Amino acid sequence: MTDNEHEIEQPDDRVPKRVIGTPPPGTSMLGEAEARDAGVTGGETPGITLQDEQKARRAEKLVALCFLITFLAGIAFLVSYVVFQVGDPDATGTSNLALGSSLTVAVLAMAVGIVVWVRQIMPKYALVQERHEMVSGEDAREVVADTFVEGANESGFVKGKMMRRTLLLAAAPLGLIPLILLRDLDNTKMKATNFNKLLRHTVWGEKTEDGRPLRLVVEGTGQPIRAADFNSPGGILSIVPEGYEHDMNVLAKATLILIKFRPEELKSGVNKNWTHDGIVAYSKICTHVGCPAALYEQTTHHILCPCHQSTFDAADGAKVIFGPAARPLPQLPITVDNEGYLVAAGDFPVPVGPSYWERGDAEAEARAKGGQA
Amino acid sequence: MVRITAWRRHPLARYAVLILALALVGTAYATFVQVSRPADAALASGKADDVARGKSLFQAHCASCHGLNAQGTSTGPTLIGVGAAAVDFQMSTGRMPAADPGAQVPRKPLPSWVDSNSISDIAAYVQSLGGGPTVPSGEQVDPALGDAAKGGELFRANCIQCHNWAGAGGALTRGKYAPNLNESSPTQIYEAMVTGPQAMPVFNDTTITPEEKRNMIAYIVQVREQRDPGGFGLGRIGPVTEGLVAWIVGILALVLAAIWITAKKRQKS
Amino acid sequence: MSELTTVPKAIGGPSNWLDERLGGGNFLKRNMRKIFPDHWSFLLGEIALYSFIILLLTGTFLTFWFQPSMEHVIYNGSYAPLQGVGMSAAYASSLEISFDVRGGLLIRQMHHWAALLFVAGMMAHMLRVFFTGAYRKPREINWIIGILLLTLALAEGLTGYSLPDDLLSGAGLRITEGVAISLPLVGTYITFFLFGGEYPGTDIIARFYSLHILLIPGILLALISAHMVLMWVQKHTQMAGKGRTNQNVVGAPFYPAFMAKAGAYFLFTLGVVAGLATFAQINPIWIYGPYTPADISAGSQPDWYMGFLEGSLRIMPAWEINMFGTAHAGTLPLSVIIPALVPLGIVMTGLALYPFLERWITGDNREHHIAERPRNNPHRTSIGMAGIAFYGVLWLLGANDEISAFFHINLNWTTYAGRVLVFAAPVLAYIITYRICLGLQRSDAEVLSHGVESGVIKRLPHGEFIEVHTPPADDIEAHMRGKQPVPMLPVAEDPSGIPPKGMRGPIGKLRARMSKAYGGEKIPLESGHGHEEDEHAAIGPGEDHTASR
Repeated sequence: MTDNEHEIEQPDDRVPKRVIGTPPPGTSMLGEAEARDAGVTGGETPGITLQDEQKARRAEKLVALCFLITFLAGIAFLVSYVVFQVGDPDATGTSNLALGSSLTVAVLAMAVGIVVWVRQIMPKYALVQERHEMVSGEDAREVVADTFVEGANESGFVKGKMMRRTLLLAAAPLGLIPLILLRDLDNTKMKATNFNKLLRHTVWGEKTEDGRPLRLVVEGTGQPIRAADFNSPGGILSIVPEGYEHDMNVLAKATLILIKFRPEELKSGVNKNWTHDGIVAYSKICTHVGCPAALYEQTTHHILCPCHQSTFDAADGAKVIFGPAARPLPQLPITVDNEGYLVAAGDFPVPVGPSYWERGDAEAEARAKGGQA
Repeated sequence: MVRITAWRRHPLARYAVLILALALVGTAYATFVQVSRPADAALASGKADDVARGKSLFQAHCASCHGLNAQGTSTGPTLIGVGAAAVDFQMSTGRMPAADPGAQVPRKPLPSWVDSNSISDIAAYVQSLGGGPTVPSGEQVDPALGDAAKGGELFRANCIQCHNWAGAGGALTRGKYAPNLNESSPTQIYEAMVTGPQAMPVFNDTTITPEEKRNMIAYIVQVREQRDPGGFGLGRIGPVTEGLVAWIVGILALVLAAIWITAKKRQKS
Repeated sequence: MSELTTVPKAIGGPSNWLDERLGGGNFLKRNMRKIFPDHWSFLLGEIALYSFIILLLTGTFLTFWFQPSMEHVIYNGSYAPLQGVGMSAAYASSLEISFDVRGGLLIRQMHHWAALLFVAGMMAHMLRVFFTGAYRKPREINWIIGILLLTLALAEGLTGYSLPDDLLSGAGLRITEGVAISLPLVGTYITFFLFGGEYPGTDIIARFYSLHILLIPGILLALISAHMVLMWVQKHTQMAGKGRTNQNVVGAPFYPAFMAKAGAYFLFTLGVVAGLATFAQINPIWIYGPYTPADISAGSQPDWYMGFLEGSLRIMPAWEINMFGTAHAGTLPLSVIIPALVPLGIVMTGLALYPFLERWITGDNREHHIAERPRNNPHRTSIGMAGIAFYGVLWLLGANDEISAFFHINLNWTTYAGRVLVFAAPVLAYIITYRICLGLQRSDAEVLSHGVESGVIKRLPHGEFIEVHTPPADDIEAHMRGKQPVPMLPVAEDPSGIPPKGMRGPIGKLRARMSKAYGGEKIPLESGHGHEEDEHAAIGPGEDHTASR
């Protein structure tokens, strides 16, 4: 139905010869695409039109050439597989290039060959087939309806009221079985209504085996931090809890960003009792959908979440100043132990991370208890 | 009405409309983009010993924003205590002297008076004012001496949230951005970490040790120099360019193939 | 070579054996020469079909090495910058496929490119079907199957994207969790059941793996087969043209021409996928690093087909409601629920219902086998373009950080612009498309009544210059005359001023109003006499009563 010739040819008697420099007839008004759409059977003879013998023979050579290229490229693939080994990015890159390009050439050459074959050797078809309405005939429908009624009566399903009802009854629990079997998908071995209680706490509220509060350690090195060492205003560190450096479930809730401020930069949103010498710890888990929000700008004190661009003001209790997050990043109370290392002074006052149904207004709850959220 | 219709049918009309549309898009784009002008022409350089030469260069080129004694003004921060590393970073990347007080000062070609001598002179002067981080030695930033795998873990923990996993850079708030790291020399990367230029936070040597910094530099350099084994890297920014390629190259190529397969040559009568 | 006169023994023997057992001869007799109409846009769906086949083949290859396990291992494979780094077994085995299996990287990349083309092909095909009205009776069932396929493809993409357990896919998983847990009432339950406890747990990769390689592809395969069978039974639509009617189908026979073309197109798809996998790197997981919930990269993005969801999350303002204050219930994070569910809901439900809404409004109960030109149903085309604009804005905003970084546009402005455009762009697209459609219809009518500019200038005896117009070619004229008015409900009031039954209530009145706006002939092809091939042009508004209630 398409036409790859841009020019629409018309019988000579209809169209005067084109004047050079003017648009070809048809194209300017009809546009190319339409002309193609319209190419239907315009210049085509309906039925089967055989190809010109001579042209077909020429085309056959072309097709054979294509298939030969496929053969050679296929061989090249096999050879490349043996010759090129993988390993470092360089070797792998060479292997990928050799295997991939030989496969591409092999496949595309065969595709081109087949298209030439169809277009220039097979006859041109413009065959017509009748369509019939999808609906079945009136008599067929009647027969089906009669058969259905007859069968329903024969089976006794209509009369057997008791049987019908007990069958329905029997089906109900069967339908529930696949659902109920999914209950143990959760491995916590706890009542489902208690799931949300897990979300309220992080390990920062726990103590080490010898009863010390958990130290803040640097993510990636595992080193604890002396408050006196973290002394450059504008500094930031990604922090994980001591002893849980590789525990994914813990990291998903307890990861912190630790920011060092000049004391005068802190605004009222920050709970100063929970800071130490201008060092503030916020949850790194965004309150929107839980990405680690850690793009910190030391000039503006913005914390930006890269996923959905929620922006928090770190100098003002990480309150939301832009984007879809609805709540500030929770602040973790921190202090120093007797060796001068930063430790958690307790758990977050509110649940960290994304909101969920059972969360409630935890900030208001914390405030009511006397703390600051 | 008749005239408008005639105009619309003019052979040039479609080009006129196209050009108009392009111009509109271009203008709209231009208004969004922060324009950066090249730096002013350079001035002559001074002479004397390091600090003194540095001071005179400073007063000629920097004092208008940072104050005659580097105490800072309303347009530029104080430089007392920022250290030689900050001066070396800002000037060797062409960010200082700044051309335009935009949301962020971009990396740009160095003005002609800025070379390693004039930078080290000014750095010496600023260092003399109130100390601060110094320029690292060549050994401190040698990627060959670092452990790339260990550096990679720190890089992912502290850097990629702004600079992207391959150091391709990314957007920050209100027109600011984290630049890509491909042009940064190991020394500049080190200096940026210890001084925290512009919006970037500081990673001081007492919390991330110089050795750990060298590991990170080793990772950055190794990954940026490594070949993309799967073909063109598409900017190494992930699914955005991949999606574009899937549509623009993949679907377009297949549509062209479909047009060729179904095309019919008209038979001439 | 001489031509065949009988079936060769090598084929005839086995065929005979099979026919004696299956009786397939009757089927083949009727179907070997089944006619398939030819148009390039009819091949768009085949992109998706062939991509699916490529996905099955490459995916099977990948399963031979991939370990769907979140067990913590220390990497000691070939990729130096990660040696000695702790990671999950899934990530380590994905690295092994990339760097330690010959052809592994190629196949992995082909799998990913084919996945992108699979969804892209589906979407392009769906738009073609929509804009040509090919979903109309009797093809509504196939349209619904198509919508199901698209939805499943998104789920299949999401589960596959998460499997390598790299830092990028983990970010996607985290967002999935954040969305799931935000759902009212059931959020925590769904999350705990899905992840086997708290996020991320140690089960999710294995669970997504079974969904990704077994359940979803199984359903996809079944639905794709049904899609093909229905297409086969109902015969493909065709474009209007000379000799083509609603009662016939004109084209090439399945055997041998269409079969060869389809085979060639499969090879083209495979070639494009292989070429992309050779020359364009996709999902370089070794650069991303292993997943940890503590880290994230700038520019973390989903694959393109999830981009519109990402965009809608990004432009949402911060709305959250605590319905019962501090009670431990009743938190509604609207800034997650609305963007995660509403745009997807609008697009998918709108698409699924469109054939039925259109039928309800137009009262059109006839079978349609001629694909409509988009211009000839301007309201449908405009609604489609408005949908594309809506989707497009969200999609674009899904990449607003990359746009901001690349073009140096203020990130916050892109969000503000998105918040306006998501409402303004569809309206604009609607109005502009509607005008363009009418303009094109007018130009068709002009071509038919005045002919085509020939480019020949004639000087008349009295000195006036005119351009000679020439009638359009037969086939083009036939194509244009395939236009039919959009059907309308019979809304005429009877002599006593009472509207027809079913049009009296408020809904009925609305229906009648919408029908009047949607249907009818806006720009008649020509006034006056009809044309011999234009048999349907006589069916004007109000003549089709079959569907009126």
